[in-house]
Amino acid sequence: MNWGSWSDFWQMGGYGLYVWGSFAMTIVCIAGEIWFLRRHRLQTMQRLKRMNAWETPT
Amino acid sequence: MNLYRYASPSTFYPLAGRLAPWFFALAFILAVIGLYISFFVAPTDFQQGEGYRIIFIHVPAAWMSMFIYIVMAFWSAIGLAWNTRLSFIMARALAPTGAMFTFIALWTGAFWGKPMWGAWWVWDARLTSELILFFLYVGVMALQAAIDDPRRSDRAGALLNLVGVINVPIIYFSVKWWNTLHQGSSVSLTRAPSMAHIMLWGMLIMALAAWMYAIAVAFVRARSMLLERERQASWVRELPEGKA
Amino acid sequence: MKFLATVIQRDILLATRRRGDWLTAQFFFVLVVSMFPLGIGPDPAVLRMIGPGVIWVAALLATLLSMSRLYADDHRDGTLEQMMLSPYSNIVLALGKSIAHWIINGIPLLVIAPLLGIQFGLAGKVLWILMLSLAIGTPILSLLGSIGAALTLGLRGGGVLITLLILPLYVPVLIFGAGAVEGTLAGIGAEANLSLLGAFLVLSLLLAPWVSATALKISLE
Repeated sequence: MNWGSWSDFWQMGGYGLYVWGSFAMTIVCIAGEIWFLRRHRLQTMQRLKRMNAWETPT
Repeated sequence: MNLYRYASPSTFYPLAGRLAPWFFALAFILAVIGLYISFFVAPTDFQQGEGYRIIFIHVPAAWMSMFIYIVMAFWSAIGLAWNTRLSFIMARALAPTGAMFTFIALWTGAFWGKPMWGAWWVWDARLTSELILFFLYVGVMALQAAIDDPRRSDRAGALLNLVGVINVPIIYFSVKWWNTLHQGSSVSLTRAPSMAHIMLWGMLIMALAAWMYAIAVAFVRARSMLLERERQASWVRELPEGKA
Repeated sequence: MKFLATVIQRDILLATRRRGDWLTAQFFFVLVVSMFPLGIGPDPAVLRMIGPGVIWVAALLATLLSMSRLYADDHRDGTLEQMMLSPYSNIVLALGKSIAHWIINGIPLLVIAPLLGIQFGLAGKVLWILMLSLAIGTPILSLLGSIGAALTLGLRGGGVLITLLILPLYVPVLIFGAGAVEGTLAGIGAEANLSLLGAFLVLSLLLAPWVSATALKISLE
């Protein structure tokens, strides 16, 4: 075990800004990509539904 | 086994839909293991202290950025040679993820460089090549986005991708060459710190996680693209997703 | 072979009729290079150091500026499609177009470059090496650029797009070309850089016309 306490863990031996800055950006990128993917998929789906509703009269 | 069957969009669509969650799960599990190794198992580096822990994302991201570009080129080549629509879609679906990993590699490189060499950016051969790789990704995506006709867009992007992949080794060589010529003005980073086995394992597992993630994301993106492109096809109309 | 000569002759003839367009790219080259001392300051030592790089970067940009119209004019009036449909090889067509572009736009750069070099305090042998490196390098720029011109044929904002696509591919040319001149300045000699530049020229001569012809086919389908 490398860390005595939580604050040790967050400080990363004085490199906290750099280590967490890197990891934070990675998480932001991945979360952003997944969010965009989801939105893209939902939009496509909605367009598809609209198109189907248009073409099959109820 | 008939591989051609999977090349048909109507077969690929449900298959990718079934597989994607598994790849996401694998990516998640591997990332958890990898992060555990990176923070709790790997010891403190005697030279770089805790700051070196950035390599557990920096190096896998850099590997993935190059690997994805090559995989894209592979699909592009297949698409151009056999005119298979699905290969073009795979190549396109990978591009944003590849660009994202390139960006992460650059960002983490800067955040590693600042404490280690005292500068956010150093014109080191590897960082510079990574930057140019990022430009290559942007070029391919910009070209694809600029062309409205999907068929032309696919093929033009694929061709540019192939030209890029031939150029990548030449660019890397020239940048290295340039770097040695201007030795005085930049820091030499070729000396790799002696790496403990456990660090290598951490990086490998993180790279695997990134790989699984890239596959999952590419599948999901390819599915959306397929729906968009083939919305007139009968197999799309019969999908439950389309039913109101 | 005859077809190649015809393509080149035709492009040169067209260029002589539209001298205004042709002068724009050359003047752009001069203008960009002249902006740098204004931005950086007139210190001769600094200027001599950045001179080769600045001239080379400006040459890349000037080439791309004229490149976006390589196929566009012929495409607009339909001659490009006629030429593609002719029994002659499209690869030869692309090669001819690239060579013509080099004669029209590359050679003037060679002639102007030493004058700009003098502004940056380069002298004697260094100027010759600058010309030599441009002589080997600018054909590569024309060859690679023709790929971009073919890919962006008829697109909105093709001019900016071609810069985005092709500029990263120019990196080796820039490094070897400017490196040759800087090597001479530093007393290391230019041979290694020039031979690498030459090797890159041979490679692009072999591959670029073929890729460019494929790109034309994709764009015109």
